[in-house]
Amino acid sequence: MQIEITLTSADPADYPARDLGFLLHKHPDHLHQRDTAVGRMSIFFPDVGEARCRAVLHLSVDPVALVRGRLEKGDGLLAQYVNDRPYAANSLLSVAMARAIGQTMAGKSKERQWLADRALPFELRVVPVAVSGGLEVIERLFLPLVYAVEAVPLDESGRRAIFDLRLSTTARLAEILSHLYVLVPVLDNAKHYWIDAAEVEKLLAKGGDWLPAHPEKDMIARRALKHRRGLVEAALDRLSDALPEEDGEEAPAAEAEEVLEKPIRLHDLRLDAVRDAILAAGARSVLDLGCGEGKLIRRLKRERGIDRICGVDPSVRALEIARRRLYLDEAGEAMAERIRLQMGSLTYGDRRWQGFDAATLVEVIEHIDPPRLSALELSLFGDARPGLVVVTTPNREYNALFEGMAEGQLRHRDHRFEWTRAEFGDWAARVAGAFGYTVETGPLGPFDDTHGAPSQIAVFRRVA
Amino acid sequence: MKISIPDFALVVLIGPTGSGKSTFARAHFAETEIVSSDACRAVVADDETDQSASADAFDLLRYTAGIRLRRRLLTVIDATSVQRPDRAELVALARKYHALPLALVLNIDPELCHDRNAGRANRDFGPHVARNHSRALRRSLKGLKKEGFRQVHIMNAPCEVAAPEIDRQPLWTDQRHDHGPFDIIGDLHGCFDELTALLTRLGYAHDPYSPGESLLSARHPEGRRAFFVGDITDRGPRNIDCLRLVMGMCAEGTGHAVMGNHDQKLARWLYGRKVTVNHGLETTVAEMDGASEAFRKAAHGFLDGLRSHAWLAGGKLVIAHAGLKEEMHGRGSAAVRSFALFGETTGEVDEFGLPVRLDWARNYRGDADVIYGHTPMPEAEWLNSTLCIDTGCVFGGKLTALRWPERETVAVPALAHYSVPAKPLDPGRDVTAQQDHDRLLYFDDFARKQRIETRLGGVVTIPEENALAALEVMSRYAVDPRWLIYLPPTMAACPTAPEGPYLERPAEALDFFATRGVSDLVVEEKHMGSRALLVIARDATAARARFGVEDGKAGVVFTRTGRPFFADDALEAAVVGRLGQAIGKTGLWDALDTDWLLLDAEVMPWSAKASVLLRKQYYPTVTAAEHSAAALIGALDARTIAGTQNLRSDAAGLRDKALAMRRTIDGYCWSAETLEDYRIAPFHILASEGHVQTDRAHDWHMTTLAALCEADPILQATGWRRIDPTDKAQCDEVTEWWEAHTAAGGEGVVLKPNAFVLRGAKGLVQPAMKVRGRDYLRIIYGPEYDLEANVARLRKRGLGRKFSLADREFRIGLEGLHRFVERRPLRQVHECALAVLALESEPVDPRL
Repeated sequence: MQIEITLTSADPADYPARDLGFLLHKHPDHLHQRDTAVGRMSIFFPDVGEARCRAVLHLSVDPVALVRGRLEKGDGLLAQYVNDRPYAANSLLSVAMARAIGQTMAGKSKERQWLADRALPFELRVVPVAVSGGLEVIERLFLPLVYAVEAVPLDESGRRAIFDLRLSTTARLAEILSHLYVLVPVLDNAKHYWIDAAEVEKLLAKGGDWLPAHPEKDMIARRALKHRRGLVEAALDRLSDALPEEDGEEAPAAEAEEVLEKPIRLHDLRLDAVRDAILAAGARSVLDLGCGEGKLIRRLKRERGIDRICGVDPSVRALEIARRRLYLDEAGEAMAERIRLQMGSLTYGDRRWQGFDAATLVEVIEHIDPPRLSALELSLFGDARPGLVVVTTPNREYNALFEGMAEGQLRHRDHRFEWTRAEFGDWAARVAGAFGYTVETGPLGPFDDTHGAPSQIAVFRRVA
Repeated sequence: MKISIPDFALVVLIGPTGSGKSTFARAHFAETEIVSSDACRAVVADDETDQSASADAFDLLRYTAGIRLRRRLLTVIDATSVQRPDRAELVALARKYHALPLALVLNIDPELCHDRNAGRANRDFGPHVARNHSRALRRSLKGLKKEGFRQVHIMNAPCEVAAPEIDRQPLWTDQRHDHGPFDIIGDLHGCFDELTALLTRLGYAHDPYSPGESLLSARHPEGRRAFFVGDITDRGPRNIDCLRLVMGMCAEGTGHAVMGNHDQKLARWLYGRKVTVNHGLETTVAEMDGASEAFRKAAHGFLDGLRSHAWLAGGKLVIAHAGLKEEMHGRGSAAVRSFALFGETTGEVDEFGLPVRLDWARNYRGDADVIYGHTPMPEAEWLNSTLCIDTGCVFGGKLTALRWPERETVAVPALAHYSVPAKPLDPGRDVTAQQDHDRLLYFDDFARKQRIETRLGGVVTIPEENALAALEVMSRYAVDPRWLIYLPPTMAACPTAPEGPYLERPAEALDFFATRGVSDLVVEEKHMGSRALLVIARDATAARARFGVEDGKAGVVFTRTGRPFFADDALEAAVVGRLGQAIGKTGLWDALDTDWLLLDAEVMPWSAKASVLLRKQYYPTVTAAEHSAAALIGALDARTIAGTQNLRSDAAGLRDKALAMRRTIDGYCWSAETLEDYRIAPFHILASEGHVQTDRAHDWHMTTLAALCEADPILQATGWRRIDPTDKAQCDEVTEWWEAHTAAGGEGVVLKPNAFVLRGAKGLVQPAMKVRGRDYLRIIYGPEYDLEANVARLRKRGLGRKFSLADREFRIGLEGLHRFVERRPLRQVHECALAVLALESEPVDPRL
């Protein structure tokens, strides 16, 4: 991977372009090499002229050293031990730059301080560079900083596309290097397994001047801080080839669905409807199956009539977030008694589900493979048998009204199916009949005469 | 004096302070068996005389004693226990864990006690204390039996306290030393003709029948013994004859019996107790009217002496008339006896007037087989290692026996309908009781640290976080657990080549096996595709019958992590159909006497399954490497700068290696639009009905599968040869073969001891070892791995964990398969599949 920095000069009498050597503290006729912790940085000047001078900073990462020591530590990315990390620009390049041209980055030049302090016309090239989110993300990051952007894709098939990126602007060199230092790892958007966490924090510190004003500062911070993981997550990562391939959307999956449905605040409507059904039935204990990050629980927590809530989710990660959002760690014993979160699975039975007045499945069943739904039916309706079961699920017919959805596309990439109103009705009636429940189904959200409502709800009541 | 006590009991010492309880306890029991109130007081209050801590100290005492009893350990309570309420709590504790409560009373003169206390530190209380204790004790003495103590021994003087010898005996029901083999026979209810027919079928030789009252007998030439689950008489035609034969066999030692509820009632009637003569007792009573007093007395003695249950074969077998929960095995209490004779009922009665039973067998999780009768069923069916073998002979069903440990049932039909059942026998289902139960597995059975004993030797433990990760993955992505009978183990990589541009080559693997004394080895070509497990049944009906699934499929194909292999159901069905036809054409169904097979295979092309991986990981890596090199070469070529020659030649080297890597990858990729584009290379026939095929050598698997592969062009045979690794010429040949094969793009070869499972001096020999080719390893170690400086460092790779993982996963995988073919509960099969997945989440260098 390398960065090329080209300084041009319209008037060599003002300053000759070859003064770039003074700015970088490197003699333009020599090869400069510096070994850093992440690899060897080679700096040389392929073009040295009065009007135009180009410096190349090439980082050769030692691929063996990179992996060694990390795998044993269980540092993740295990399944991806062969990867573009040694070759495509990423946080390693930032680390090496700081070592090799630290003075320049600090805005200092022994011989030409006045040039270091001046905005000059620079052309930059970063090649190859890995970009998660493609050209759009490059532009969102660099256009606000007033760069002209030219990006040639080399391979766009992966979760990170590989680009040959060229930028030009007129600015102080130190400022430009600070942009690259922060934004190259952000473009890349990988967890920084290969460098330690403190290094990442430093990254953000370098953007002190311009970052707070950057319109994408949230994305920059989120992408830069992608490195925190827990025990179970580490174990999960090692099973990554058993997990579905993620497409590298950066928003957590659930949010994508919400963006689609946002104009109608559908999820709020849904949660309100579920809560109302629970209150109307006078249920005092609620089992929230597939509770995710605990949105329904947060609503139910405020209801005085409900004295026991149990949230169940297969994802330890989601439960941790729910625990934080519900402030369970800070809450007293009474709250801990009232609200419990437990890891569980919807395709297994669970003896801990016995004895609840109501159970909810809010936007959950569509995440289960249809052949496995029978296990859920058996465990919930046949085994746990709460008095009330509330189920919501998308109405597939309504997808026609969402902008930008392709024919046959589902709202979320983990959805295993989405049902029409008739399909949902048939399923609900069959389950109710088989397990001794009555059921009512209905629409949820704004109603369209042709396509119905975006979501649908079924309320099951146990007969005996 | 000799006191004989059961080896599992709650022994309560009773006596005033200073009576010598602690000394007595230490003299007769192990330190760890004694739970003392003084010691508990010291633990909770740092002062063993602090009376204000008594309540907490007794909590601790009960808690500690409770845990010991739950673990079936004899426990001695060293506290004064002179007050009745204190003792009542201890008796209740013993009952809770079905331990017999015993009282050992030290009834010592209070003055003597006080003198002793005076001589000890921390006991400076007045003489009234011992006196009060003693008074309370004497008031209690008479009532101790009534309070529930099953044995009471009173020692009235210090000399008596010093004298006794305590002798421990196993409980009456504890027959663990007896390992059978047994033929366990269901409820007889006077069906004598069927009994003799059944004994004959089981191979017993009968004494000639003689009418009258003399005992009859039969015996098995190989020393097998009959074990009757009780209910010998009532309702049937020849009750006394049944009694004569059972009594005779028990007397001779060729038979055993546990007590049934009918036996108990008959015993009471014989003893002259007032019982309601109904539920078939009237038929026996009618026969008894003509029997002699001597016979009646003998029958009573026999029936009254029957055990409530038998705990046999090192704890692996329990026989009880109405079954027995795990927490009652080998224990004694009124509750155990009642459960064993009558089962557990809710107290309600159903529309036929019969008690509503709680279905304890559904919740049974024990390892012991529990064999019982009592409730007539149309068929004897296993459920969670329990089996009811009352098949309603007296109601016109059949009389069934279970051969144990073989676990085979043998039955003879009833010759007549002798009686009409109060409620018609359950007509049965189209799936077995176990399959019906296994429609649902319970999360809480798996969400904890797992410990699995494997029959190939050794226990494998799975930490909780790995078990949870596996559960999450399994519950979200895996195929139905009823199909998922096996996940394959990982495979050891060969020891690292010490020199040359090689990281791996055959020499080290051959040497590995040769030094372990393996002289019969198969070498198989390793395909580069994706691992697939194929469960193929003859048809959907056969699949439903064996796997209990309801999805209408005739088979499934899943990945090594249990996910459906094909996203498209129709494609999967087509593969399953084609495989089924090929198996049929080859005659394998009949040859293996099975309706289903589990095949282990590699499915190609790699790109069909790994397209995302290729897209996300491999191709971007190659592209980035190429362009990184090209950019550097471009810049260096623009101007000559001293000292850049090495930089340039390294860049050129990287570019070439990136290209080589792209070529290697391309070789494993082709478009797979239709079924005909796929190649499936099976290399193991893992299991078929009743048979885990790992007792056959790999050359059988290879030969059989080669024939199968002829039957369909989508099947690809695997090249293999059988060699002796101690023979140099044969080793050279293997190396040449490996070189040619990998040079042509092959991934490498796999070496396996020809015997599927091979034990060496130190446990199992690695069942397989891969030797991968130089070009293939570029995909694993990166484009530049074979640069001299890189390969030298890569040689330092630790293989130990991988070897250990491969070994553990192999043992667990086969354990699960054995459990499946033995028709064990799905939970026990599933825990093995989960364990393999959980082990795969252990941190091991994934490049191995």
